Amino acid sequence: MNESFSVEATSGLPGGRDRAAAVEAASLASLPTAESEDWRYSPIGDLESSGWRPVSAPPDDVEIDLFDDIIEHRSATVTVIDGFVTSVDVDPGYAAKGLVVEIVADVAPLELDLAEPTVFDHLHRAFSPAAIRIATPAGLVVEEPVVVVTHAAASESVSFPHLIIESGEGSDISVVERQTSTTAAALSIPVTELTTGAASQLRYVVIQENGTSHWQIGRQLSTIGAQSTLSSGMAVFGSRYARTRTDSRILGRGATANLVAAYYGDNDQVHDFRTFQHHEARDTRSDLLFKGSQDDRSGSIYTGLIHIHPEGANTNAFQTNRNVKLSEDAWAWSVPNLEIENNDVHCSHASTVSPVDGDQRFYLHARGVPPSVADRLIVAGFFDEAIQRLPVVAARAEVQRLVDEKLDRRNEHR
Amino acid sequence: MSTLKISGLRAAVSGKEILKGIDVEIKAGEVHAVMGPNGAGKSTLSHVVMGKPGYEVLGGSVTLDGTELLDLPTWERSQAGLFLAMQYPTEVPGVSLIDVLSSSLAAVEGDGDDLARRLRDEADRIGFDHQFLSRPLNVDLSGGEKKRNETVQLGILEPKFAVLDELDSGLDVDALRLVARRVEAATEESGLGVLVITHYSRLLSELKPDRVHVLAQGRFVASGGPELADELEVSGYGAYVDEGPETEPAATVAGDPFADPLA
Repeated sequence: MNESFSVEATSGLPGGRDRAAAVEAASLASLPTAESEDWRYSPIGDLESSGWRPVSAPPDDVEIDLFDDIIEHRSATVTVIDGFVTSVDVDPGYAAKGLVVEIVADVAPLELDLAEPTVFDHLHRAFSPAAIRIATPAGLVVEEPVVVVTHAAASESVSFPHLIIESGEGSDISVVERQTSTTAAALSIPVTELTTGAASQLRYVVIQENGTSHWQIGRQLSTIGAQSTLSSGMAVFGSRYARTRTDSRILGRGATANLVAAYYGDNDQVHDFRTFQHHEARDTRSDLLFKGSQDDRSGSIYTGLIHIHPEGANTNAFQTNRNVKLSEDAWAWSVPNLEIENNDVHCSHASTVSPVDGDQRFYLHARGVPPSVADRLIVAGFFDEAIQRLPVVAARAEVQRLVDEKLDRRNEHR
Repeated sequence: MSTLKISGLRAAVSGKEILKGIDVEIKAGEVHAVMGPNGAGKSTLSHVVMGKPGYEVLGGSVTLDGTELLDLPTWERSQAGLFLAMQYPTEVPGVSLIDVLSSSLAAVEGDGDDLARRLRDEADRIGFDHQFLSRPLNVDLSGGEKKRNETVQLGILEPKFAVLDELDSGLDVDALRLVARRVEAATEESGLGVLVITHYSRLLSELKPDRVHVLAQGRFVASGGPELADELEVSGYGAYVDEGPETEPAATVAGDPFADPLA
């Protein structure tokens, strides 16, 4: 990236991994450009790399909203500031039952055999201080969600949050992560790893509300075990540019991945999703629904692949991406793909990019609803399907609030 | 007493003139039926009066108590007291009936009080199951349920005039009777004026028309009392149609993608 990302800069960080080697690998890798298929249509070329520096320690005077007005009942709360875990608070009852919420520095390297490591992966390995690991022992059902608040505070800096969630065999866990930032320019490179044990349930929702000078290049890696269900939701409303690559490896027989996202950009925001649904075992299922809207000059990119591996017999896999463009200058690219190496499968993919539906508008106008109110109802209704599918019920109200807030801003401008 | 007056109304779809001069005056409490063969322009008439995009008004006027509706956007036509029960009510996912109606009522006087109760009362009047009131608008409703849903909205919004575009299609005989009686009651209770578009006279046995107009080739080619509907039931439209039935093109904003480029 630049000379600030040196071996010396890692000296204050915990040991347990070969940071020097990762710094070396990062220095040899170049920043991606929009020329490559991976980053096509993205503004990655606008990422000014010269001014950035890694955060060496979290600032100690940061006030952080614990999100407790939205999610009151919780099994644990974790705060992560500039990539450093600054507090962990676990309900004693759940701690006694074995719910693990711990800081782990000596994490294994990401298993990227299905994805080429990028400069951002190397930087994450080199500069992420430690991961927060949330894990359930076999059979534990955690009724209230764990809340993780991830905040980017330092300006002109790059932070590397790392969240690991593991559901033990037959267990049930929900985690809600809320990502926020100051209004300053900052870059976050978060990694989230989700691993489900056999016959377990893991529900994860991330709500991204970063400031509009913030950049984010994130990665979510899931491995889904036999008869288990991963339900992962994303609500992306913030950042100047926010990219999330999700690799879902459905590895166990009878495993299910439910993937849902709601995203809404305005001004010059760009929301970028790259998704992979890898079916690597028989009798597996995945269902992806990503719905977004784009206003002003904002844009979105969706590229997704369902890959049925040869061992993926009797797979059901679905992929749907729908976009509503709210202004002439807004844009959306949607590129769904299928790669099928086994004939015994049911797959479908669909994608749409369209303005607000004219017939729906006319219907509401004909009932006497003023145009601005009608559009608001229709767009909120468009998001309703995705919001209702967010796997942690307690997170839905906040996402609804964010949709309403965007729509309020829209109406004020007009 | 309110009056809806359509004078010399001419309109085109994709450059083709469909309405070639419609004249009718409806007074409060009156029911006017418009009957005619497929492609005569019946739906075009309902859409143009309500201001649906994709139609070009070539001439004429539509006034409600002297206010020119053709100068108003659709929502203001509704607020002025015009209602359109659509032939194919649009599904609007994620949007509830109560949100639409309260937004409509709030736009003028904010009289959304008691709306939930009024909705249940209106539903009861036409045998419409309450469970459908909380569904997203028209989503997964059968054809008949959609028509009852339109009728519930008519009851809540209390317009001065309603255009009912084939309100009878999709309704079974019992539902048809309840819906027709509900509209008939509105003509008596609040003086609703009705322009009812239909293929068949069975609706008109419950919703008694004061006048019946035959629309063919874009014009009212005959008008008369209720007996005209009975006559049509027996003899059909043959006497009013010179050629085979014209096809009424659907309005598309972008134009007809299947149009012959050399035509």
